[in-house]
Amino acid sequence: MDDYLKKHESRIKDIRFMFHLFRKSLLSMIGLAIIIALLLVALFAPFIAKEHPTYAEVSTEQGTTQVEERWEIHFDKKLLPPSTDHFFGTDDYGRDIFSMIVYGSQTSLRICILVIAISTLIGVVLGGLAGYFGGVLDEILMRITDVFLSIPYLILALAIAAALGRSIDHIMEAMIITWWPTYARLMRGQVLTIREQPFVEAARSVGAKNSRILLHHILPNSLAPLLVQITLDLGAVLLVAAGLSFIGLGASPGTAEWGLMISDGRSFMFHAWWYVTFPGLAILLVVLGFNLLGDGLRDVTDPKLRR
Amino acid sequence: MEETIVNATKLKKYFPMKEGIFSSTKDYIKAVDNIDIKIQKGETFGLVGESGCGKTTLGRVLIHLIPPTAGTLVFMGSDLTAINKSELRKLRPHMQIVFQDPSSSLNPRETVKNIIGEPLKINKRFKGEALNTKVLELLKTVGLDEQHMYRYPHEFSGGQKQRIGVARALALNPDFIVLDEPTSSLDVSVQAQILNLFKDLQEKFGLTYLFITHDLSVIKFISDRVAVMYVGKIVEYAPTKDLFWEQLHPYTKALLSAIPVADPRIKRKHIHLKGEVPSLISPPSGCRFHPRCPQAMPKCSENEPVLKEFHKDHFVACYLY
Repeated sequence: MDDYLKKHESRIKDIRFMFHLFRKSLLSMIGLAIIIALLLVALFAPFIAKEHPTYAEVSTEQGTTQVEERWEIHFDKKLLPPSTDHFFGTDDYGRDIFSMIVYGSQTSLRICILVIAISTLIGVVLGGLAGYFGGVLDEILMRITDVFLSIPYLILALAIAAALGRSIDHIMEAMIITWWPTYARLMRGQVLTIREQPFVEAARSVGAKNSRILLHHILPNSLAPLLVQITLDLGAVLLVAAGLSFIGLGASPGTAEWGLMISDGRSFMFHAWWYVTFPGLAILLVVLGFNLLGDGLRDVTDPKLRR
Repeated sequence: MEETIVNATKLKKYFPMKEGIFSSTKDYIKAVDNIDIKIQKGETFGLVGESGCGKTTLGRVLIHLIPPTAGTLVFMGSDLTAINKSELRKLRPHMQIVFQDPSSSLNPRETVKNIIGEPLKINKRFKGEALNTKVLELLKTVGLDEQHMYRYPHEFSGGQKQRIGVARALALNPDFIVLDEPTSSLDVSVQAQILNLFKDLQEKFGLTYLFITHDLSVIKFISDRVAVMYVGKIVEYAPTKDLFWEQLHPYTKALLSAIPVADPRIKRKHIHLKGEVPSLISPPSGCRFHPRCPQAMPKCSENEPVLKEFHKDHFVACYLY
């Protein structure tokens, strides 16, 4: 244990220093708190919510099966204002809005994490190869990236929804297809600057192969700006997903999805303000949280802003 | 009796300047243009010249970090331009480089142990406990110790970082090390320490150095022979003593007249050169120095003078001799 601490003393000091800087910024800490709260809510949803959905497998028009989320309907309790029984009131089918928001966090988090993780993976691999090897490969990969960059996510999501049916999975596909080029470009730029650094040349001069240079020298040194972009984009993905659900492309009706809830609540806006307000606040809070966290990370990972 | 370790003939390195989507080559940067160079085993060969004259490129080409465009390059008996990748990788351990900027030549996210241990790991020389012992031994050789093993580069001073860079270069027991301005980013007192370290290491391990610098006092201190480079060409080379005693090429004269003397009473004659250093893209015709040369003659702009031996071991490329 002592030996372990001695070997990693420097790294631990570095992380503690970064955390110290991070802690000095109140806004970053607020962001971090919001995101931790979101994670806890999503994780412990069954213990926090009062009502719970049931899941059933249904077949779609296209002949595939998908899991559908169902909420119990109580017409006797419809559109009740916030009270101790229903913290955020009820909707037009008498469902508890608080519970739906709690479960909705799972959906949102799943979309954000999957879309960003897959886009990052594609972007890092393609951007890294293009930047490192350059030449014809770079030209080919970057032109492909440009093609994907020129696809508007809205049109693609519409097309996929029309062809394959309305589903959260389909909007996730549309978002991944339009999202990864950003990461590919960012990664390529990073690699272009790092591969010219003398330490890469030094590695080559001792006989390191390309794979080792890419994994040991270039990748670890290009991740910091990517991490910041990822954090900021998590919020953006959430917004886009909610927006797509709002216009009726994403989640199927009856699902607890924040964008969809706002869409459903629109018609009752003037006599049931809570219906649109609380899902809206949930989106606002989470996006704000990701943005504050991302800004905070950018400040501590940029050595120029550090001291 | 003298053994040649590096022998380059008609060495050229042209960097293409590309333009447009179809990458048509418009022009070349002629960083190294027809250079012959022979480095003897065990000596320190100094290479001086202004910034941007191609000396760094020459250093990198000589250890095949950048493949030359043309010419032959024989290192310890094998022609580096003719062998394949895996053979080249086997020769790599024999030739190493120490960089100018010690900060950017060390991976900021690796510990000192991993930085120095990397060459050993890649070439499968040591592993596990033996690797630790070897890294510690290398650290001690360059004047660092055990407590520095698990630190990151940013925790060190410039001089210490350069020591780490030297330890990495020494790890594979090389025969030939290119020192690319290893002291120019250090302050004077640290410079002296590092220079002494180089001298000690040379004695201890029988190393051969190519010492690239623009600092003439450093060259005077460390090297056995000096070559003066101007716009991609070597214009003069001689044993260090001879060169500092008598300069033949007008460019060398001007260069050496610029060395500051630490005595205000001594009146020195500065040779002020007119004009700018020509670009490597379109060097002047004939002798590349003729537009700025105080002793230029008509034929200087027509044909290029070749290097010839004026005194014993003292070569110069100039029509005056």
